[in-house]
Amino acid sequence: MEFLTLPSPHSERPNSVSRVMRQVLLALLPAIVALTYYFGWGVLINLILASVTALAAEAAVMRARGRPALPVLGDLSALVTAWLFAIATPPLLPWWITVLGMVFAIVLVKQLYGGLGYNPFNPAMAAYILLLISYPVEMTNWLPPRMLNEHLLSFGETLSAVFTGMLPAGLSWDALSGATPLDEMRTQLSMNRTISEIHQSPLWGDFGALGWEWVGNWLFLGGVWLIYKRAISWHIPVAMLGSLAAISMFFFTIDPATHPFPLFHLFSGGAMLGAFFIATDPVTAATTKPGQLIYGAAIGLIVFVIRTWGGYPDAVAFAVLLMNLAAPSIDHYSQPRVVGHGEGRDG
Amino acid sequence: MTHPYGFSPSGRMLWEFHGGVHMPDMKSLSNGLPTAKAAIPPLLVLPLRQHIGEAAEPLVKAGDRVLKGEKIARGAGILSASLHAPTSGILRAIAPHPIPHAAALTGLCILLEPDGEDRWGELPPPMPDFAGLDPGKVIERIRWAGIVGMGGAAFPSAVKLAPGPERAIHTLIINGAECEPYISCDDRLMREQAQRIVRGIRILRHVLDVTGECLIGVEDNKPEAIEAMRRALAAEPVEATELVVIPTIYPSGGEKQLIRILTGREVPSKGIPAHIGIVCHNVATAAAVADAVLGGRPLISRYVTVTGGGVVEPGNLDVLLGTPAADLIAQRGGFRPGTDRLILGGPMMGLALHSDRIPITKGGNCLLAPAPGELIDPGPAHACIRCGRCADACPMQLLPQQLYWHARARDMDRVQEYNLFDCIECGCCAHVCPSHIPLVQYYRFAKGAIWGREVEKRKAERARVRHEARQARLERLEQERKARLRKKTEALKSAPQAAGGTDEDPKKAAIKAALERAKAKKAAQAEVGAVPKNTAHLTEAQQRQIDEADQRRGKVASSPENKAAE
Repeated sequence: MEFLTLPSPHSERPNSVSRVMRQVLLALLPAIVALTYYFGWGVLINLILASVTALAAEAAVMRARGRPALPVLGDLSALVTAWLFAIATPPLLPWWITVLGMVFAIVLVKQLYGGLGYNPFNPAMAAYILLLISYPVEMTNWLPPRMLNEHLLSFGETLSAVFTGMLPAGLSWDALSGATPLDEMRTQLSMNRTISEIHQSPLWGDFGALGWEWVGNWLFLGGVWLIYKRAISWHIPVAMLGSLAAISMFFFTIDPATHPFPLFHLFSGGAMLGAFFIATDPVTAATTKPGQLIYGAAIGLIVFVIRTWGGYPDAVAFAVLLMNLAAPSIDHYSQPRVVGHGEGRDG
Repeated sequence: MTHPYGFSPSGRMLWEFHGGVHMPDMKSLSNGLPTAKAAIPPLLVLPLRQHIGEAAEPLVKAGDRVLKGEKIARGAGILSASLHAPTSGILRAIAPHPIPHAAALTGLCILLEPDGEDRWGELPPPMPDFAGLDPGKVIERIRWAGIVGMGGAAFPSAVKLAPGPERAIHTLIINGAECEPYISCDDRLMREQAQRIVRGIRILRHVLDVTGECLIGVEDNKPEAIEAMRRALAAEPVEATELVVIPTIYPSGGEKQLIRILTGREVPSKGIPAHIGIVCHNVATAAAVADAVLGGRPLISRYVTVTGGGVVEPGNLDVLLGTPAADLIAQRGGFRPGTDRLILGGPMMGLALHSDRIPITKGGNCLLAPAPGELIDPGPAHACIRCGRCADACPMQLLPQQLYWHARARDMDRVQEYNLFDCIECGCCAHVCPSHIPLVQYYRFAKGAIWGREVEKRKAERARVRHEARQARLERLEQERKARLRKKTEALKSAPQAAGGTDEDPKKAAIKAALERAKAKKAAQAEVGAVPKNTAHLTEAQQRQIDEADQRRGKVASSPENKAAE
């Protein structure tokens, strides 16, 4: 009898790329529900638009490369990019900006480098930064959370705002949009107000900003679930949040009047999303364990520096891209000691 | 990384090795039934090389009748192993036949047709008083028996038993971990033949002159085997010998990993355990040693697990070496319909066989035939997403991902910088890889390419030396020719004066002289009985060969028949 000969191991593989990506998507779901609850239908419209565009762009590139599209679409990585991008962008973002961002992310940042696994930069974050620099107004037009929003838009009104830019009669963009908490904190601090004065504003919740803190909570829980499921390792999130908390604690201790409490840093802006879902993107992060600690800690540090002294209210995207650049070098200098080599060896 | 990670049930400190994987052990599929004796097949196929090292040299020829236990091939040199007839019968041929090897499809095998009598030949006397004998004598017996590591590596055991006087062995480790899923032959052997193993251990202790402990490592998923071994140890206690129950994690049965678990020590890279005073042998090897020393019997059979959902009645068999896989599967009820894979060894490191005509060799511990839907092939690989799970799982703490990238890029220098040759090919990295990349395959390819390159380099070096020698020789010959020409011209110039007034043409005289010289030379050669030889730059070996040939020629020439023929 003749048999098939396949290389060892012949074991059944417990894991797959699409399984990991599915877990990431699942972990994002609670935060997406919370975002939609606080900030309206725009979040879901963004999400669907980004997903469709990302999948279409990926399929188009595979077609152009003459390769089957289904296995690549099936790994769900394009969907993860789309969801991360959609979560990070304002709910009423004009449709063409979302489409532009996704085409840029998938075609230029991901596929032109060779597709999944070969891109040096996180596609979602690269697209986010491209748009933030190109369309700063649209990209910072956030809505206030529902409890502070006097003009809750219906699903139809939201659709119209996203696709035609038309707001319901009597509403202007200025009236509708609100600053993000990080933006607010920054503006107020630059007006020489103290933290306790700033905290008088109704924008603030229990430990972060109203609404935002709950999105942060759900992202945190999703992230912990990913660690529990071993879809990601704890090193990057712990190092990033740890360094962000440590350095903000340091400045808070020195001068609590001009530096917010560390929890504000952790639960505002992109910190939670960045720590568990973006910095942990395996393709663009450091891969050795000591390297991941360095990588995560450096991101936390850069986030604080840019938030506090830089030109942008938030900095997760910048910090991640900067460290993406450094990841290969970090890996090179953080190689583990191979068994039987060096100090630990006997004889 | 030198912290203990727990204690064995008996309270002994155990050490952690990096990585490893947990998976269903699947041993209950085959370990429930007692081991049955496999029937003698119609034809035994005995590869001359079923061990690491040189192939054995056959001592028999086609048509010979051999008895059970008779030596039929002799180990060639130190790193080799002898081969004995597993049963009595007639030698049909020594011919190429499919063998279990990753690259070679066939190898030279002795084909033995059993006569069914299974009659023993003459055996050396047992050595019941081995403890009073010189270890060298016992090692000689073990070498005679053709014993090799029976856990799968098939390294000649006698070599491991003579580590040299400068290397004192303080710890003997007996490997009963059997960490690969599905395989249960060591489990059954420990349950059924614990006493043989314990006696073997006593012999190994004596031979190696172990100064310290002997530790028998068994994974905690084999409680019956542990119990049986404990009973055997209690019945015939061996000095400072302890059975240590270790946690079940693959690859705890890897030599380096087991040493680490039991002693906390690391075998140095490119080194062997003896470098740190440790020697490790498999339980089945110990049993074979007991047979050789106490029974005077060579290694001619072994326990083999026949398992997998593709086999009708999985179980263990006591198998004569050389029995083809097909016969063993048939004895366990045959293949289930649709079975299209047959693996020699376990699922992690086993070799996929292309044919079931492959014979069982000394290192063959398991035949695994997965049913359709069992051990599913993951299909084509996806792109590496650099998740680093491979590095988490690697028991050697390598960076499999980097090795993969560099092997793929054929960057053989980089791949060695990342310590490719420390890879034990256990398959943990590929097992956990979410992209289903056949990583081990890349490492084997890179190792092969590097070995190939080394051979090429050596060849090129030899060619260069040869070329330079040839250039020098040609140069020298040219110089000599020129010198001769010069001399001749000078001689010719002075010839007319020297010849005086003879009427003979100087040219003709020169030709005549040359002819005469040639004739004389030929005659001289005929006398010596040789033609010109280019014997200028001979190696010692070549010179020896020539001398031997000359001697033979001399003998032939002086033998009476030849004289008569003349």
